[in-house]
Amino acid sequence: MEPGAEQRLEEVALRPLTHTSRGWYLWLGLLLLLTGGGFWAYSTQLQRGLAATGMRDTVVWGLYISNFVFFSGVSMAGTFVSAILRITGAEWRRPLTRVAELTTVSALLMTALMPAVDMGRPDRLLNLLKYGRLESPLIWDILVIPTYLTASAIYLYLFLIPDAAVLRDRLKGKASWLRQRLYSMVAVGWHGRPEQRRRLEIGGGVMMLLVIPIGVATHSVVSWIFGMTYRAGWNSTIFAPYFAVGALYSGMAMLITIMIVFRRVYHLEEYFTEKHFRYLSYMLVAFGVIYLYFSIAEYLTVSYKLEGGEKLLLTELFFGRYSYLVWPGFLLGQILPLLVALRWARALPILFTLTILVNAGMWIKRYIIVVPTLANPLMPYEWGVYTPTWVELAITAASFGGFALIITLFAKLFPIISVWEMTEGAEIAAAKEEPGSAAARPATLAAQSGGHGND
Amino acid sequence: MDRQENYRKWQVSRRRLLKLAGVAGVAAVAAPLLPTLLTKIGGASAESDGTGKKASRRQWAMVIDLRKCEGCVTKDQAPQCIEGCNKEHFVPQGQEWIRVFEMEGAGGHSYFLPRPCMQCENPPCVKVCPVGATYRTQEGIVLVNHERCIGCRMCMAACPYGVRVFNWDQPENPPGATFASYSPEFPIPHRRGTVEKCMLCAHRVKDGKIPACAEACPMYAIYLGDLTEDVATNGKEVVKLSRFLADTNAFRLKEELGTRPRVWYIPGHGQESGHTVDAEHQPIKTARSWQEMEATDKKASAEDHGGH
Ligand code: SF4
Ligand code: SF4
Repeated sequence: MEPGAEQRLEEVALRPLTHTSRGWYLWLGLLLLLTGGGFWAYSTQLQRGLAATGMRDTVVWGLYISNFVFFSGVSMAGTFVSAILRITGAEWRRPLTRVAELTTVSALLMTALMPAVDMGRPDRLLNLLKYGRLESPLIWDILVIPTYLTASAIYLYLFLIPDAAVLRDRLKGKASWLRQRLYSMVAVGWHGRPEQRRRLEIGGGVMMLLVIPIGVATHSVVSWIFGMTYRAGWNSTIFAPYFAVGALYSGMAMLITIMIVFRRVYHLEEYFTEKHFRYLSYMLVAFGVIYLYFSIAEYLTVSYKLEGGEKLLLTELFFGRYSYLVWPGFLLGQILPLLVALRWARALPILFTLTILVNAGMWIKRYIIVVPTLANPLMPYEWGVYTPTWVELAITAASFGGFALIITLFAKLFPIISVWEMTEGAEIAAAKEEPGSAAARPATLAAQSGGHGND
Repeated sequence: MDRQENYRKWQVSRRRLLKLAGVAGVAAVAAPLLPTLLTKIGGASAESDGTGKKASRRQWAMVIDLRKCEGCVTKDQAPQCIEGCNKEHFVPQGQEWIRVFEMEGAGGHSYFLPRPCMQCENPPCVKVCPVGATYRTQEGIVLVNHERCIGCRMCMAACPYGVRVFNWDQPENPPGATFASYSPEFPIPHRRGTVEKCMLCAHRVKDGKIPACAEACPMYAIYLGDLTEDVATNGKEVVKLSRFLADTNAFRLKEELGTRPRVWYIPGHGQESGHTVDAEHQPIKTARSWQEMEATDKKASAEDHGGH
């Protein structure tokens, strides 16, 4: 780092923690409104039971389960980007690991919430612990999702410790008493001593090896809730990898979206550079193409055979009552975003729009996985109908609001860029460049562009 | 009190679990493993429970004679099996535990198909229930413990016959239901947020009565059978079950799924015997080739006319 770059990094990264704009309060107010609306809607649902929703005997799951699958998908971003990039020692990862891990934790909280909201008897939640049976795919989820949540929370926390120590030292006497307590608690006596560093390395290393299989397991068990049934559209052997790849695609897009927002709002132009967005876009395209491949494999095989129930479902999906969702979801969410492979489509406003489209498309995809399959009659009765009620819509809005709220509040308390990792990266780069000479450190961007100095 | 026998077995294994959990002080995460293991152990020991009862245990089955069922349209009534069931169980408004479908058979005619719970031997609904609220008794009836059901509706997603219904709202209960002693075999009172289904009138069959639907059927189309003793009766005649099924080419619904239903159908009005009636979820469309034939006919006659 050039002299002063380190201070500048700290300044930029820590500034949002101490300076709050009016816009921030407005944003916070909006999110609180959304989540508050959700609580209100849920209290209505508690009073009136699930009759307050649009779900009925044929379509027994609706928005809640769609959201559940959606958020579990979004949560894949953190694991993959952060853990895989750390393991492979990709230097450019340094500024974006924190955002990625935070996205995972926040999305997972919403994932865990949705099935609870969907329960007919929330008062019997503990029955899951008392009588849980391992044969049930639902129990697999109950086991895996909290494990994933715990693991990613630990993972996020471990690499937060050194930064909390920085905050503890810098904000001493400047921030409120409560905040100072918080930072020194989170920092658990970190002073960057060699043996502390060594322990962090080991702990972090173990966690990053753990979160990857747990992440893959999560998306597999989520898919198996559907895959373990006989229903047309769910009765598929490729559902687990299909969901996992979909999760990577959706999570990657969400990460890019959030990074663009932070870059703009927190003025991180120097740290979230063109190069990051280029690399992430390439990964997005790669996942998008694999996802496309899976989609083709899934739909081509069933549409070739046209087994009774499948035929009915496919007809309704592609030419019938769901075609107004399926085609836009497919074209705008799966095909169009592949444009980010091209340079002009990576101009931030376009990239932002395209990544939003990816997730809109993925949400639709989740919805058309859940609802039409249930609506498809098993016996010769009419197609099931499902129209979400305001309660479900409000809770859905609240889940998105809650997702954003957690990220917003976290970013208010802790730097959204991993400061110590950046500094460490710069040191590594400096050591490589000109051992011993601190004065001739490479320019700031070396911190992101990596010690190897090549793209 | 032996009507509570199966339910008590559940409680026994539960008590065992609690004791064991207390002793071991197991972590909460590991807890779901235990009931599974214990049910397994409990189930295994119950099957060979030393009473020697196993051989004589009844294995309930049902036979529905489609030759006789006319959907009660000839009687100008609502299907009486549904009515009988509703009365017997105080079935909540809007639910039908047994449904009667009008099916279209080959050749364009229609017939009626009553569909109770299939009491599958390999029941998908039981497999997926996260808390064991849905279970299969040793006499082959699939029951729901409404005091344990958490209302996740996983079983509804899993049942391939669309049997299960849900109490989305607080269902109406008969007067005095609050004081009724609940048992999964006769689930009164009905509870909001739990799943409901046909349970082959478990409370009646153990007293030697045929299910309410069978009793209500004016055509005597529904038989209650016992695979152990190999008999079946519709309340009027008694038949040797295996012989009856073989002679009539009885079939089961969606047999290819491997759920092994305990409900057999006797084909009548021309449906192909042994064929899964609803394999295509729609009328068996030999009609398509007929349309084609018609079309060619029309074309031919048009040409004829043109020729004149
Ligand atoms: S709804 Fe009740 S019976 Fe059905 S799977 Fe869930 S807990 Fe079991
Ligand atoms: S028919 Fe459905 S509800 Fe009845 S036992 Fe089979 S899977 Fe379960």
